[in-house]
Amino acid sequence: MEGQDLPYVLIDRIGGKHGVYEDHVEFLEKHFHLITMTEYLENKKFLSKKIRAIYMWYHRPVINEELLQSLPNLKIVASSGVGIDHLDLKLLSSYGVKVSNTPFVVSTDTADLGMALMLASSRRLVEGYQIAVSPDTEYFPADWLGAEVSGATLGIVGMGTIGYKVAERAKAFEMKILYHNRNRRNKEEESAVGAIYCKKIDDLLQQSDFVLLSVNLTPQTHKLIGKRELELMKPTATLINTSRGLVVDQDALVEALQNKVIKAAALDVTYPEPLPRDHPLLKLKNVIITPHIGSATKKTRRLMMENMTESIQAGLAGLPIPNEVLL
Amino acid sequence: CNMVRLLEGMVKRSFSTGSVDRPRVRHSDANSEILLTRQHQEFLEDRKRMSKKVQAIYLWWHKPVIDQELLQSLPNLKVIANSGVGMDHLDLKLVASFGVKMANAPRAVSSSTADTGMALLLASARRLVEGYHIAMSSGMEYSEADFLGVEVTGATLGIIGMGSIGYKIALRAKAFEMNILYHNRTRRKEQEEQAVGTTYCEKIDGLLQRADFVMVVVSLTPQTHKLIGKREMELMKPTATLINISRGAVVDQEALVTALQTGVIRAAALDVTHPEPLPRDHTLLKLKNVIITPHLGIKTDKATYMITEEAVENILAALNGLPIPSEVLPS
Repeated sequence: MEGQDLPYVLIDRIGGKHGVYEDHVEFLEKHFHLITMTEYLENKKFLSKKIRAIYMWYHRPVINEELLQSLPNLKIVASSGVGIDHLDLKLLSSYGVKVSNTPFVVSTDTADLGMALMLASSRRLVEGYQIAVSPDTEYFPADWLGAEVSGATLGIVGMGTIGYKVAERAKAFEMKILYHNRNRRNKEEESAVGAIYCKKIDDLLQQSDFVLLSVNLTPQTHKLIGKRELELMKPTATLINTSRGLVVDQDALVEALQNKVIKAAALDVTYPEPLPRDHPLLKLKNVIITPHIGSATKKTRRLMMENMTESIQAGLAGLPIPNEVLL
Repeated sequence: CNMVRLLEGMVKRSFSTGSVDRPRVRHSDANSEILLTRQHQEFLEDRKRMSKKVQAIYLWWHKPVIDQELLQSLPNLKVIANSGVGMDHLDLKLVASFGVKMANAPRAVSSSTADTGMALLLASARRLVEGYHIAMSSGMEYSEADFLGVEVTGATLGIIGMGSIGYKIALRAKAFEMNILYHNRTRRKEQEEQAVGTTYCEKIDGLLQRADFVMVVVSLTPQTHKLIGKREMELMKPTATLINISRGAVVDQEALVTALQTGVIRAAALDVTHPEPLPRDHTLLKLKNVIITPHLGIKTDKATYMITEEAVENILAALNGLPIPSEVLPS
């Protein structure tokens, strides 16, 4: 197939901090004629009519009304990852543009990271590492203890695909599992992981040693965990967030951690990402933050890219779109 | 049992003050006095009076050191109860030659240690410590593509040493849909294998060649000393991770440094080293693809309490001439 016959797909950039991965380009260029934002801006007149899809990697390029107006033949936006809170779905729909994400391929990695954060926080792994490698360490203190994960109570807020996979893993650690969700799961699903439904989030918060958030960000889940919720938690409890920074009232969290209202937090997501370098969360000893690595494995990122390619191809061919996001 | 609460109280008190060697007030019931490691100083100060009274020693974190001199000076010593499961710091034959029984605390350690193994596996695979530094540091420039980790779900885990800790690791790994291989002196029963979906590797080589994660969970014995050396690491995949939660001496540390520096294996996560801590100029401390933790093993509130309970059970059984629940015999 000639380069010119391949559909024109807009991307932000290749390489750099958050660009399309260089080792994905070969695969992508078999199916698409990739146009970077720089190239597009340099040759808008010619390219604007050619572009039929946007490959949105790590929330870039940013899509606004101006861009949509200048791309009359845009059919589909493929977004990496599962979250779509960064997209204005109504706006895109009004321009007749379809949207896809990659919900399933990220779920096991994100569940694994949730478990990793829970274990690292509870057993003081990062602190321990610092002691182990510090030039000042002469001996390992015998009176330095963490808290047990096995047999503890885990409260999962948001029992979707990711939340359920966390439950499957936690069960093997003999944890008691509570969950809160918009809808209750069926009996078989509950008993397979031994999960107990908490209709009121308060019940979950009051009983849990670990509270893990795995909800989508929607207007309803915005600041779902605020001062009130943090005060309902045990003072020995840990908050783990692998969903979106905005699900937590960050200022309330800082206060709660400083005043020992809760014991610790482990956050893969914050608002913004990254936090400003003088943010109080970065100074707290009882906080672990990771740079949004929920789905950050070579294999998964590759699968995401392949899924997005499939979705774009289907969208352009007028076929049913795998992983389409509907309004 | 009063004795448990007394011992637990003493252990907790010494933790909260943070001191390692401050002498403590001794608790006793009518017939026995428990010599605690932290009282060693007190004992040395009043040896004459105390030496005949001591019937049991409770070892906390390998102290006090049990040598010929100490054993000779305690004519009525009946039992040494170890905290934790490892007994490699004791000369079992020497102790037995004095007619003193020994016990460890195997039940209490297995879940906490298995959790430590899983914590290290996950942290290494997902580059958690590196990620932490990026997130917390001031303006570190990085390219996301350079900081990707490796998948845990669906990967192959090779467990070397399938005792009670190894088995608990298998139970946890199964929930991550891992493909589990194991190598052990003796093969487990079929039902036990099926319950965790694990495949026996009679030869360690087969395990090393196929595993994405190699988890070492053996006791330290003359046979397991430097069990994982240059040869074993070269059999491993270059994308594999070595996790050691057993004893530092089970791994040939110099060979490990070379393997990590030359990409023979991807990474290592070590809860144990030899010695602990490592000298501050040791190369392992500087390698980016190594996580070292300060022997987290069983360091949780719950586990340390349970260890104390088990030790007390062992001591009381020995002093009452009953079978000792976790007796360790010199092999």
